[in-house]
Amino acid sequence: MVFKCYMEIGRVAYISFGLHAGKLVAIVDVIDQNRALVDGPCSGVRRQAMPFKCMQLTDFVLKFPHSARQKYVRAAWEKEKINTKWKATRCAKKIEARERKATMTDFDRYKVMKAKKMRNRIIKHEVKKLQKASTQKGSPKKGAAQKALDAKVSAKKIPSKKAEGQKAAPAQKGQKGSGQKAPAKKGPAQKAAPAQKAAAPKAKK
Amino acid sequence: MYSRRAMYKRKYAAPKTRIERKKKEKVPATISKPVGGDKNGGTRVVKIHKMPQYYPTEDVPRKLLSHGKKPFSQHVRRLRASIKPSTVLIMLTGHHRGKRVVFLKQLASGLLLVTGPLTINRVPLRRTHQKFVIATSTRINLSGVKTPNHLTDAYFKKKRLRKPRHQGEIFDTEKEKYEITEQRKADQKTVDSQILPQIKKIPQLRGHLRSVFSLSNGVYPHKLVF
Repeated sequence: MVFKCYMEIGRVAYISFGLHAGKLVAIVDVIDQNRALVDGPCSGVRRQAMPFKCMQLTDFVLKFPHSARQKYVRAAWEKEKINTKWKATRCAKKIEARERKATMTDFDRYKVMKAKKMRNRIIKHEVKKLQKASTQKGSPKKGAAQKALDAKVSAKKIPSKKAEGQKAAPAQKGQKGSGQKAPAKKGPAQKAAPAQKAAAPKAKK
Repeated sequence: MYSRRAMYKRKYAAPKTRIERKKKEKVPATISKPVGGDKNGGTRVVKIHKMPQYYPTEDVPRKLLSHGKKPFSQHVRRLRASIKPSTVLIMLTGHHRGKRVVFLKQLASGLLLVTGPLTINRVPLRRTHQKFVIATSTRINLSGVKTPNHLTDAYFKKKRLRKPRHQGEIFDTEKEKYEITEQRKADQKTVDSQILPQIKKIPQLRGHLRSVFSLSNGVYPHKLVF
């Protein structure tokens, strides 16, 4: 596998463990085989030596000469708006989701379980409908049915379920069609009611 | 200093003679008590202070002074900081293990008074030990809820079945099977009727209280945040 990201001057790295775990730094200079001079003016990391082992590369590279002063590192950082760009990456979102999952309380876990159950029921319902439609209409429709199913499944993905669980109104499920009979058995009834009321598919955040 | 009349009064009482001083009030040594049965005579004369019936052969040595050894009733009752009134607790032992219940208050013996509520998870007003309970961070607003005062340890104490008096039926004791008294049902109703509206206010809390806590693969209690 050819490497695409390199440890270079100006590379923004994510610190995975240690005192500054979870913060972003920029590589200012290389000290020797194992360590780099590192600075994170916008993330609260003082200029210091840091082993390569605890750094994980990101896609961002800043432009400043080696051993540049903190003032110029900060200027480059803010010019590139690294902080906002980092928050928008998938990686950062996954990290955040993991952290939120770890701090879920007992009640949150219950709400998430109910939300997942509801969502899976809706998906299964749609799948069954499509399967039924494809078997009735014969095999040429199966390819189209499969594609439609994939589109529906991807539309139903909830990126951060915990946000919904905490809002205590996790009725923002995407649905297709108005003939939805969301099961109102054990699942919370208040979720089913707004689900049935919605005619158009709600956009998921 | 005193008026002459008072002086005269003070001098008038005859001084108590020695004999009179030595003659003390005689404390009665016996008392007569009624006795039942015919032909027994009505009463018996009984000594008030009897002679000891047993003299130990060895002298019992004096016990050393101890410090801070209090009986159970005077022990200090502590409560974990995470357990506050109206917290949802997870019971870990007993018949209702795994169930999530609402904590009401700590009783005088240190045990916790909890309730299901009964209609939600079939846990009545009950006592539990705080050691065998997980305190979650979920709280209900029970500010206006008043638990009756007569719910004490004595109220909840288990009743022993009566020992058989007659020699015949040894196995047939009374109160063998526990029956729910009307008093308990009434108290359950008064407490639960105050709690249930508060539970209904929080969405999904009722379902949460109905569910049972369990561990599964990949779930480690030391990593869970309750």
